[in-house]
Amino acid sequence: MDALILTVILTSIPLILAATGELIAERSGVLNLGVEGMMLMGAVAAFAITSLSGNPYLGVMAAAAAGAMTAAIFAVFTLGLATNQVATGLALTIFGTGLSGLVGAPFVGGTVDGLQAVSIPVLSDLPVLGRLLFQLDLLAYGAFVMLALVAWFLNKSRAGLILRAVGNNHDSAHALGYSVLRVRCAAVIFGGLMAGLAGAYLPLVLTPHWSEGMTAGRGWIALALVVFASWMPSRILIGALLFGGITIIQLVGQARGWEMPSQFLSMLPYLATIAVLVLISRDRNFALMRAPAHLGRIFIGTR
Amino acid sequence: MISMTPRKDISMQRTVLTPVFSVLLTLCVGAGIFAVLGYDPSAALYQFFVAPLSRPDQVADLFVKACPLIIIATGLAFCYRANVWNIGAEGQIVMGAVCAGGVALFFPAIPDLLMMPAMIIAAMAGGMALAFIPGILKTRFNTNEILVSLMLTYVAALFIDWLVRGPWRDPESFGFPLTKSYGDAALIQRVELPGIGTIGQLHWGVVAALLLAVAAYFVMSKTVFGFQVKVMGDAPRAGRFSGFNPARTTLGVLCLSGACAGVAGMVEVSANMGQLQPEVSFGYGFTAIIVAFLARLNPLGVIMAGLVVALAELGGDRAQMALGMPKVVTGLFTGILLFLLLAGETFNRYHVQINWPRFDQLKSGQLKSGQLKSDEEG
Repeated sequence: MDALILTVILTSIPLILAATGELIAERSGVLNLGVEGMMLMGAVAAFAITSLSGNPYLGVMAAAAAGAMTAAIFAVFTLGLATNQVATGLALTIFGTGLSGLVGAPFVGGTVDGLQAVSIPVLSDLPVLGRLLFQLDLLAYGAFVMLALVAWFLNKSRAGLILRAVGNNHDSAHALGYSVLRVRCAAVIFGGLMAGLAGAYLPLVLTPHWSEGMTAGRGWIALALVVFASWMPSRILIGALLFGGITIIQLVGQARGWEMPSQFLSMLPYLATIAVLVLISRDRNFALMRAPAHLGRIFIGTR
Repeated sequence: MISMTPRKDISMQRTVLTPVFSVLLTLCVGAGIFAVLGYDPSAALYQFFVAPLSRPDQVADLFVKACPLIIIATGLAFCYRANVWNIGAEGQIVMGAVCAGGVALFFPAIPDLLMMPAMIIAAMAGGMALAFIPGILKTRFNTNEILVSLMLTYVAALFIDWLVRGPWRDPESFGFPLTKSYGDAALIQRVELPGIGTIGQLHWGVVAALLLAVAAYFVMSKTVFGFQVKVMGDAPRAGRFSGFNPARTTLGVLCLSGACAGVAGMVEVSANMGQLQPEVSFGYGFTAIIVAFLARLNPLGVIMAGLVVALAELGGDRAQMALGMPKVVTGLFTGILLFLLLAGETFNRYHVQINWPRFDQLKSGQLKSGQLKSDEEG
């Protein structure tokens, strides 16, 4: 049972990382649909650098850089040239899938020694909880820390207030003298950095190899998770664990020899995403109240 | 900084030249990336864009490759014009292929003449049904159609995988995940010209795809439905005042694009495979998104755009064989192309001015006055 819960937690880590980054981008008013592409770029960078250098922490840093650089492309087009965010995000995913496949081609079939678990002294000796929460790898701790930091940043800090102002009404924020594009650019690049880290988690912890398109829709699920969380950081944790749990059901089903074909069990995370989206969006007023008011709107500065 | 002022009139010349320029620029960027990654750029570009067209029958194969893209992108053009973002065409292709396959495999008694129409109707129904789900969820529950249609793509892929490995598998397929082969009436025949014979793989589905795109052009530009789609996309408020129903428009364009994708799936299977297999579409649903944008969401442009993108697809196959590149590399080109097309659209609509802050001005603190001067000029 313990092992199962641990797997749920590990499966949810990349979702937490990616969704936390995307949440910041969306709170600033930018809808970046390229999460899947940025995650793949992070995954391939992490795998390539780790297998070349033998140091998974260098791999993690490379993944963050790769994710941030991929997001910078998105920022140049949507912010600098005011292109349609939906279409540009799709382009980013297609581009990221292609480029990661090309970069990763020489590494297909190899394996790496991924991130090792780091026990936190004292706390890891706690019964049950110690094993589940305090014997993880550094990136997993990082995910929880980042989530807490982002929650604090958005709700308690002045900079977070500016970011929310830009996302809720870019004209007012502009009139107050805040640089809308600069805030958004930073938010988008932070989102890419986090997506890159999320991608790194796949080859460095979950499956120690690289294959084309190995994210298998996790980037899109992270996007759905932001909606599920109704743009509030604390709820990302619940949502990610929920999705992690659903993903695990199929493993349990296979292990216990359920009659259900494995394909139907594999459909569960995707179907659950749809169900959750319906539940969250059902109340129009609730959804509209929570969503950043200027999400996806193009800002063209006036003098 | 970058400043943008809307253009008062958008010239036809620039509208046509932007996509051309985007394609050329994409080639340059792609060559640059190849060079950085240690591939010979000229050899790679040759394999991608010249080698696939060296014989007449290969030109026919280009049309064959473009066929599903043209059919799908025609439907997507309506969707995106209405500002409805169906990105689950990949799944709708699969459902179309599955439904048409069901007719072909389990109702072989249908008279030969009626077989093809029955399959087309089944394919349309299948694709439409899958596209209807994000539509009804969006109109009823305000759910994001992008995420729902994409999630359904994964569901559809798993569904056909289950069918061909499980209940629909041909017991005599030696364990391969394949269904029984279709009967002759359920197959799309090659085009045979008198005196010349068949040309490459050219089949009647290609002819149908071209006719569909032309017909869609007239629907888009000459009918009330086409007008409704455009108004609801550009000015939904104005559309509502003039009596158009936004929910019905959303459902209409989603069903239309789903039906198109379904037919594309059926054509792919009936013309090229002859039986169902776990993978019936190789990312056509996503590639068609780029085709639709390259065509500037104009059904007639879809034909040309479909051929251009199909060339990159064929090139990807060649590059895979000749240079050992992975197949997904095509996505590199198509992704860059989509970026540049979207940027081109901005340059087309706005007068873009980039004022580089000059170093000497920065140093002497004259940046502000310098900016003002250039603003007056613009």
